[in-house]
Amino acid sequence: MTQFLSLLLNGISLGAMYALIALGFVIIFKASEVVSFTHGSLLLLGAYSIARLSEPLGFLLAAVVGIAITALAAFVIERVIINRLRGAAVISLAIVTIGVDIILLTELIRRIGSDILNVPHPWAGGSVRVGDVGISENRLIAIAVAAVLIGLFFAAFKYSNWGIAMRASAEDGETAALMGIKQGRVSALAWVVAGVLAAVAALFLVGSPTPGVSPSTYAVALRAFPAAILGGLDSTGGALVGGLLIGIAEAMAAGYQDQLLFLGRGFSAVVPFIVMIAVLMFRPSGLFGTKELTRV
Amino acid sequence: MLSIQDLHVTYGGAVQAVRGVSMEIPDGEVVAVLGSNGAGKTTLLRAISGTLRLHRGRIDSGSIRFGTTDLAGRDPAQTVRMGLVQVPEGRRIFGRLTVEENLRAGGMASRDKAAKARAQDRVYDLFPVLRERSSQRGALLSGGEQQMLAIGRALMASPKLLLLDEPSLGLAPRIIGQIGQVIAEINRQGTSVLLVEQNATMALGVAHLAYVLDVGEVSLSGEARELARTDEVQRLYLGHDGDGDGTTRRRATSGRKLSRWTQ
Repeated sequence: MTQFLSLLLNGISLGAMYALIALGFVIIFKASEVVSFTHGSLLLLGAYSIARLSEPLGFLLAAVVGIAITALAAFVIERVIINRLRGAAVISLAIVTIGVDIILLTELIRRIGSDILNVPHPWAGGSVRVGDVGISENRLIAIAVAAVLIGLFFAAFKYSNWGIAMRASAEDGETAALMGIKQGRVSALAWVVAGVLAAVAALFLVGSPTPGVSPSTYAVALRAFPAAILGGLDSTGGALVGGLLIGIAEAMAAGYQDQLLFLGRGFSAVVPFIVMIAVLMFRPSGLFGTKELTRV
Repeated sequence: MLSIQDLHVTYGGAVQAVRGVSMEIPDGEVVAVLGSNGAGKTTLLRAISGTLRLHRGRIDSGSIRFGTTDLAGRDPAQTVRMGLVQVPEGRRIFGRLTVEENLRAGGMASRDKAAKARAQDRVYDLFPVLRERSSQRGALLSGGEQQMLAIGRALMASPKLLLLDEPSLGLAPRIIGQIGQVIAEINRQGTSVLLVEQNATMALGVAHLAYVLDVGEVSLSGEARELARTDEVQRLYLGHDGDGDGTTRRRATSGRKLSRWTQ
């Protein structure tokens, strides 16, 4: 039972990070109608910048600047590439983002090389015990920060002008334009928010119990992608639920590895994709996604 | 106020939708544009509101001037800020947003909070039912209420000229009558209206001036009251077959097809 609770808590923490990344996917999809594959390299860019800047700037300032760099990169990608291709087929845009991702990723891997960059979190590798259940401080803080950010995000999405403009143009872009809503601005802001969320997720994902920033950090964003899809690519609530579901499933598979040995080692890395396929088999539009309606 | 000179519009570089249309919309008046499907009515509105580009259309020649400014090459947001707001065909309200959020979306172009509050009061006074339903989702409103919301949403931007694209589409006759009264009231409060319609009875009833578009060209124009008396309008749009000739009667019915019902 103790092991189960501990895995659950760790899963929630991991899931909260996935949810942050998946929320970024979803709002980019809603605002620009792009399935953005740039998220992996954006996440790595955030982690890399924070790690590299930590030495000269100190952790806190490095975190702020690293998050800003990631947001700026997302903004530039939107302005320079995506905005000019507005109206192109969804599939072409997706392939363009894969190209951008490969370029950014290659450069980052070249810079990181074979090192594992350490991010000197002030909370270091300490762990906390809640009753019998243990969790690393890093993961516990991650839950708190993610909860605050996700709460802020949903409040903004529901009540702010940006949220209303965003939801209106996601529902009917042309009519939103007729109301004077600037879609370019809505879309650029969505990319910036997605960049910030990805960088914050990166900040915690490279902390304890993970050793640090390495090219494999990139794979984390790939695991958040199933989270966005199984929630329904156009649902913010779905991204949250999907992220938690994937995080918990992955933590469980890793924790009960010994009982699952017949599936081979490292099974937990594929669990997100198995969960996604299982969900999509029964709900093709994801848990909360808008069903494709066709009139006969 | 709005002056259109010799306007030519093509889609995809090939299809000519509007060919040499000239039109004047004087300050403070209601101007009706009649025409059957494919006459170029919606294209005309798109050219004015700056949304042609979203449909791969462009203005080949001619000009659209609002007051003294040329509207060519403006994006829709600039057009809205200048005081030209379009209510799209088929209402197109945001079904997943509440009534109140729909109205907020309509006021998004302006930063003037006081003006927006006044506009919202005006909308709720014109359409009390929207106040009652302000926290309901748009999709739950009836067709007539959705049309009221679509008009109210456009009024949130405090337009000088309101462009209405077939507000009677798919509505019951009694509701169409109400829409006509609302247009007259909006006009009385000082907003000019360009009303594109297939329902000639309602449009000619409320308009001062009217134009008839036929395959992209203006075929008739004049005072709405006089136009309503001409044989051609009587036959084609008002459903009275003047000389009772078989071919025109067939055209009278087939020319007024109802479009597919869209939510």
